[in-house]
Amino acid sequence: MTSPFRTAEGGRIDRGTTLEFTFDGQTHTGHPGDTLASALLASGRHQVATSVKLGRPRGIAAAWAEDPGGLVQIEEPFPEPMLLATTVELHDGLVAHGLPGQGRLAEISDSARYDAVHHHVDVLVVGAGPAGLTAALTAARSGARVALVDEQSEAGGSLLGGTDRLDDAPALEWVAAAVAELAGHPEVLHLQRTTAFGSYDDGFVLALERRTDHLGTAAPRHVSRQRVWRLRARSVVVATGAHERPVVFADNDRPGTMLAGAARTFLHRYGVLPGRQAVVFTTNDSAYDAALDLHRAGVAVEAVVDARPAGSPRREECERAGIRVLSGAVVTATQGVERVTHALVAPFVDGQVGAGSAIACDLLLVSGGWNPAVHLFSQARGRLRYDEALGAFLPAEELDRLSVTGAAAGVLDLAGCLADGQRVARAALTALAVAPPGEDRLPTAPEPVVPAAPLVLWRVPDTSGADGNTSFVDLQRDATVADIARAVGAGLRSIEHIKRYTTIGTAHDQGKTSGVLASGITAELLGVPVQATGTTTFRPPYTPVAFAALAGRDRGRLFDPERVTSLHDWHVAAGAVFEDVGQWKRPRHYPRPGEDMETAVLRECAAARTGVGILDGSTLGKIDVQGPDAAVLLDRLYTNMMSSLKVGSVRYGVMCGVDGMVIDDGTVLRLAEDRFLLLTTTGGAAKVLDWMEEWAQTEWPDLRVHCTSVTEQWNTFPVVGPRSRDVIGALFPQVDVANEAFPFMTWRDTALDGVPVRLARISFSGELAFEVYVNPWYGVAVWERLLEAGRPYGITPYGTETMHVLRAEKGYPIIGQDTDGTVTPHDLGMAWAVSKKKPDFVGKRSFARQANQDPLRKQLVGLLPVDRRTVLPEGSQIVELHPDGQLPPPPVPMLGHVTSSYRSAELARPFALALVKGGRSRIGDTVHVPVNGTLVPAEVTGSVLVDPEGARRDG
Amino acid sequence: MQLIECPWCGPREEVEFHYGGQAHVPYPDAPAEVSDEEWAHYVFFRDNTKGRFAERWCHSAGCRRWFNAVRDTTTYRFERVQRLDDPEPHATEPARARRSTAS
Amino acid sequence: MAELLGTHPLEAWSTALERLPDTVGITVEPFVAMAVVRLGAVGAAASEALGADLPTMPNTWAQHGTGRAVWLGPDEWLLSSTTETPEELEGRIRAAVLPLGGSATDVSAQRIGLRLTGARLRDVLAKGCSIDLHPRVFGRGSSAQTLLGQAGVVLLALSGAGDDFVVLVRSSFAGYLADWLLDAALEFTPTHDS
Repeated sequence: MTSPFRTAEGGRIDRGTTLEFTFDGQTHTGHPGDTLASALLASGRHQVATSVKLGRPRGIAAAWAEDPGGLVQIEEPFPEPMLLATTVELHDGLVAHGLPGQGRLAEISDSARYDAVHHHVDVLVVGAGPAGLTAALTAARSGARVALVDEQSEAGGSLLGGTDRLDDAPALEWVAAAVAELAGHPEVLHLQRTTAFGSYDDGFVLALERRTDHLGTAAPRHVSRQRVWRLRARSVVVATGAHERPVVFADNDRPGTMLAGAARTFLHRYGVLPGRQAVVFTTNDSAYDAALDLHRAGVAVEAVVDARPAGSPRREECERAGIRVLSGAVVTATQGVERVTHALVAPFVDGQVGAGSAIACDLLLVSGGWNPAVHLFSQARGRLRYDEALGAFLPAEELDRLSVTGAAAGVLDLAGCLADGQRVARAALTALAVAPPGEDRLPTAPEPVVPAAPLVLWRVPDTSGADGNTSFVDLQRDATVADIARAVGAGLRSIEHIKRYTTIGTAHDQGKTSGVLASGITAELLGVPVQATGTTTFRPPYTPVAFAALAGRDRGRLFDPERVTSLHDWHVAAGAVFEDVGQWKRPRHYPRPGEDMETAVLRECAAARTGVGILDGSTLGKIDVQGPDAAVLLDRLYTNMMSSLKVGSVRYGVMCGVDGMVIDDGTVLRLAEDRFLLLTTTGGAAKVLDWMEEWAQTEWPDLRVHCTSVTEQWNTFPVVGPRSRDVIGALFPQVDVANEAFPFMTWRDTALDGVPVRLARISFSGELAFEVYVNPWYGVAVWERLLEAGRPYGITPYGTETMHVLRAEKGYPIIGQDTDGTVTPHDLGMAWAVSKKKPDFVGKRSFARQANQDPLRKQLVGLLPVDRRTVLPEGSQIVELHPDGQLPPPPVPMLGHVTSSYRSAELARPFALALVKGGRSRIGDTVHVPVNGTLVPAEVTGSVLVDPEGARRDG
Repeated sequence: MQLIECPWCGPREEVEFHYGGQAHVPYPDAPAEVSDEEWAHYVFFRDNTKGRFAERWCHSAGCRRWFNAVRDTTTYRFERVQRLDDPEPHATEPARARRSTAS
Repeated sequence: MAELLGTHPLEAWSTALERLPDTVGITVEPFVAMAVVRLGAVGAAASEALGADLPTMPNTWAQHGTGRAVWLGPDEWLLSSTTETPEELEGRIRAAVLPLGGSATDVSAQRIGLRLTGARLRDVLAKGCSIDLHPRVFGRGSSAQTLLGQAGVVLLALSGAGDDFVVLVRSSFAGYLADWLLDAALEFTPTHDS
């Protein structure tokens, strides 16, 4: 298709290159420098979509992110919903269509890359318009570290959409020189296509850089598509400009209705005429520029409708050009279906609308004044004040580390913006104790015509008969003046409540055009000052940010760190199936060809119970505790006595919180009088070290003791089973492994080919077992030597599933699986691990609390399903039948739940551990567990189901 | 992302820190001798101050040191951080006396 | 008997790391003996016992004999030695500081070191490290315990130009961090796969 609305020349587009794109199935052309919106307008298309609730035609109403109308879905290069045609840069091969409110997420995974970068500066300037560029230049010239970010594809801000001149030359020449100068400062980071979308504590600003979107299918794959800049600034200068505000009237949503400044931007920046025949409706002087510029470009400007009775000093200029100016008049409504065909214009005297007439037009430009873009200031908790003259909210205070300049601070003329940008930057530098630059000349702007005061007009009284139901405040939400009236009528007073009742400001633009209108109209309806109504809270993000960009690099394999032991590659080669234990990847089992998990685990269990098995237990947390008071600290933190442990020996210990609940357990090796090695659970390693440091640093700083994490310093390989002594004896012939020489719960140091190795008689399975400790540098070598030494005995590597079965058969709890933070050592049947000799330890006092004496506390017991077949699902509830065999009426009392459940090779039946109310007093009873809709009877037993006498641990 | 000043390492992002709750809640000298109620106050009860609040923090991703701080719970501003071994008197004591558990 | 062979956790990454251009060079540091030393009072006695001063300024490191001494906390340092075995280093340091109320723990395998060099390396680190690594702020002799990506690291600046660093990471996180660094360096890599 052709571009009949493209001007013959001008604009910041590359006319030498033609881009082809598809919109709603039709092929169009445009040029580099276009947005999707400008290219559509060039082809004569205003309507982009229909509205979300009412299905009314909607079109392009603004030139950038404040546009409430032109919502599109991108299909190619990659599906992405809910973008604005005004912010999508055109590229070859773009395929898009208009969106009736809601879009569709891609059904394939996004292969583009996203990342984040931290960057630190002295001064961050947001916005590269006249005020921002001046501020950035001033800061850069001082030698400070500066970042300048701007959301557009090129610097210039409002200058891009106008014809301003500086130093007697086009202002954009000054922009180009400023950009070139900034590029020459080594400590300046200048980013275009970068939207600062959130302003947070301590000078922290998040900005989204669109790095390759404009390249379309030519985007390099190895460069991130979008980047979140995590900017930390000692001082932030907000130069984000202002958004033009519409005036609300009946049928103000028809395509062809557009903000006046946006029409100028389309003309000057993109070389596009947004229509042929225009009416301009304004309450202030700025729209006169649009009228005159469009007239000069060949648009028939039928009338300037100025709501102010006195009109504007620029009236004469218009009339010289042959443009009719109607002062003291308003547009009351529009006509047309998919495009405006007429504006209804009527006299407006003392707030009363007179009899009107229709003026034919295909373009209705509107200006109700300017709203400073105070979003970043407000997000940083800056207070706003309502300015009666501007009819807008302005920063009401100075913030530490954040200042606002230019149009964002209510300065609306070019010379004023330049001076203000410089002033604010110099003040920021001074506050940072950086000397502002000496040479810092501002370009000269022409003397502006002194403007007439704007009229604050939120809405035109509805004389259309629609009662405000077609007077749209928030076009994206189809929310109208009538909706606000209903909210006020329902008794709502707070603008926050009205926002939620009407949904105004909750769509993707978060109220850029509708927010202040809603405040003004609400104030009018309530008869209160606008200051009293205020604004809703500005929250990040300023413009929508894709989750993919926020996720950045943290996805796929990098989503959560995978921790592995030094044997990981060996496990992979051995065909291990892994399970996640916290961040660790641990082998769950090692299936042989044709084996499922159940078969593999039964085989691995049988090997450990009847022959010998080997486990990579290196993920266990390990803490080296040293110092003359090491034993004192351990006595205070473990429930049992550690000071009496002999050097060379090992003791199992339990740690509780001050509330008496178990937080971790493990074994303790006494290495020397002043030195212990603590083993913690895999998941508890960091927590236990933190716990020990907390007490040692904050409560008992007098103790001479130091704790150091050595989790990765030691591989731990339990060699388990009746033949483990043979294996250890064969590999370490210098060690006397006889029970008398090397008894249970002792350790010995030895070496293998000169590499130090520690052996410990510790068993987490009930079988004879030796744990082998070695520096992981040599982990694989020692593991392979153990396998070699065990080959005559059929040594079998086993995984965590078998480990769990073996320990559960012995009733050894896993803290965090069989406990949940409400379980005492006594509940676990571990009163034997609670010292009665020690006067105090953390948790002891709580054991005496009444709640912990309750005989109906949940206690750890075993469960044997009576059918000998069902593996009770972990987490299942446990119930008790009435003596007559019936379930009690609902709500059925719950006795507890299944915490661990496995199939046992040793018992030749499934079994479970469970926390059951008064569990130990129920041993021998039958309880019931609902499984898939049927009640499975299970016998309550003690928690130790295999070798309760402990006969096997010595072999 | 707030910055928190570690008294040793200087300002770092808040994700490097671990919150330790109200400061100056000492472990009772003789837990066996306090009543159940007093013990429950020590274990379960903490002030819920609006405004200046004395807290404990730990620079867990850095030097692993605990320190005391006074933070305004309405603005999140840290007014002061202090090393545990600071010889200066602890200015981090809350303005009003902590509720006595013995009363 | 054959001597036991040491295996490095990043052996499988060596080819990918070798392919990186000089601007984002990442090399695996060889195994060295490392020990954490804890010592309350640092002074002449400590320096004499250890044969070198320990850096007392937070966030710094210093050359220490054949290795490095990294400040980890007000009473905590990480010492390394390229000429001693782990057992020798721990033994020597422990003997030296025990009389002063200190302690020493062998942590040789607890962390691995990566040497990061090149003009763009700081840009790679900035993708996951929130502290300011500008040479004016983080010059030669600086160190930091902080987060890189989601891994806790000890970062050392070896040059004053921001182009030479050592990162020490817990061995179990080494694969994650190597993957992370390779991913972050991709845009500076001319011959990339995808």
